[in-house]
Amino acid sequence: MTDKPIVRFDKVSKRYGPLTVLDSLELDIFRGEKVAIIGPSGSGKTTVLRMLMTLETIDDGVIWVDGEPLTHMERNGKLVRADQAHIRKIRARIGMVFQSFNLFPHMTAMANCIEAPMTVLGMKRQDAEARAADLLDMVGLAQKKEHYPSQLSGGQQQRVAIARALAMRPKIMLFDEVTSALDPELVGEVLQVIRKLGSEHDLTMLMVTHQMGFAKEFADRICFFYQGKICEQGHPKEFFGSPKNDRTKQFLHAVLEAG
Amino acid sequence: MWDWSFVLEILPVLAHAAIISIEATLIGFVLAATLGLVLALARIAFPSTALPISVLVELIRSTPLLIQIFFLYFVFPSFGVTLDAFTAGVLALGIHYAAYCSEVYRSGFDNIHRGQWEACTALNLSSWTTFRDIIIPQAIPPIVPALGNYLVALFKETPLLSAIAVLELMQTAKIIGSETFRYTEPITLVGVFFLAMSLVSATLIRAVERLLNRRPAR
Repeated sequence: MTDKPIVRFDKVSKRYGPLTVLDSLELDIFRGEKVAIIGPSGSGKTTVLRMLMTLETIDDGVIWVDGEPLTHMERNGKLVRADQAHIRKIRARIGMVFQSFNLFPHMTAMANCIEAPMTVLGMKRQDAEARAADLLDMVGLAQKKEHYPSQLSGGQQQRVAIARALAMRPKIMLFDEVTSALDPELVGEVLQVIRKLGSEHDLTMLMVTHQMGFAKEFADRICFFYQGKICEQGHPKEFFGSPKNDRTKQFLHAVLEAG
Repeated sequence: MWDWSFVLEILPVLAHAAIISIEATLIGFVLAATLGLVLALARIAFPSTALPISVLVELIRSTPLLIQIFFLYFVFPSFGVTLDAFTAGVLALGIHYAAYCSEVYRSGFDNIHRGQWEACTALNLSSWTTFRDIIIPQAIPPIVPALGNYLVALFKETPLLSAIAVLELMQTAKIIGSETFRYTEPITLVGVFFLAMSLVSATLIRAVERLLNRRPAR
């Protein structure tokens, strides 16, 4: 782990009024690493992803991506708040999949996947469609290209959303409770796609999840958040096998109890 | 009392005036729909404009259209802006209804789920592309009925232009009346015309709604 981190949270804080959601967070994520973020609700775990995707502003600290500041930019040797152009440039390296899919309902699966490559990357329709077709094939939806989101099941919609994010060729993928809105029998097909991504692509992945089994088997590292701080982190084997912190033990006990 | 031969005599004159009324409606509504959209977009894209725009919208909605028409036609010349009656009238109609339309658009945008905006951010779409390809296509279909209502309302207010002597239907009917001392036929015909046109537009709007709803949406 002497490598330079691809994502660095450097003393990042986030507050909503008097409520501190994240308190001086320090977290390094390395290239190709798969990090699972777990914790009770309100622990700030989703906020970590949302800040990295620039869906939330930060109140203190700096987020670095690939050695460059995301939330800030250098001007005359000093770091100042990033402008929109800078944010867009750095943000291009990050993709995100949401709990509620957020597909564009007025577009087919194919149109969802070519919109950004064509308008942001300036790809020709033919090339964008070829790339999208490959990705839809990879997520097992080659037959559903011309379907609208309303004609797809939740699991299928989420797989389209994964293909749509991948079409932008991000280096870092964020998964925000991507199976939480799914019926139990549809969870597997989405996790299967994420597994495949992990083994076939050199992606850095950050996921907020409640699927402990999946986190244990898939992640290289588990970060347990509690009240806006990382309470404990480590390799899944140690983390689940011999948790050190009392809060971690309590949480794991409660979660495993619930099944 | 009712004289059919008089009706036949004045019908061509009124028909010609009706064209002016329809022109004023169409130009006025295109203006209202466009300017209203611009106002609603500006509010979202440039938050600092939100307050001035809501003040402006409130000002326009809280004063009578007739006063606004008079203002453009009679007061603007003292600021060096002289408009002919038709232009001043259509402009006033357009601006007045733009204020209402901007609120309709705003409700349309407010109804777009936050997740749609967030997906656009995550895909790094520009604000322009976000509005053009994602937000507007979803926001417009549900508000077509409301916009349609304002089209009909605007149309029914075009007789106000007679106050600044635009030769639209009402003004023409008044002229016929004052020249022949017969008001029954011209005024009744104007009423019938508005009724017919309003019914036709309502049917058209419903057809457009059906067309928009045919596309699968969530």
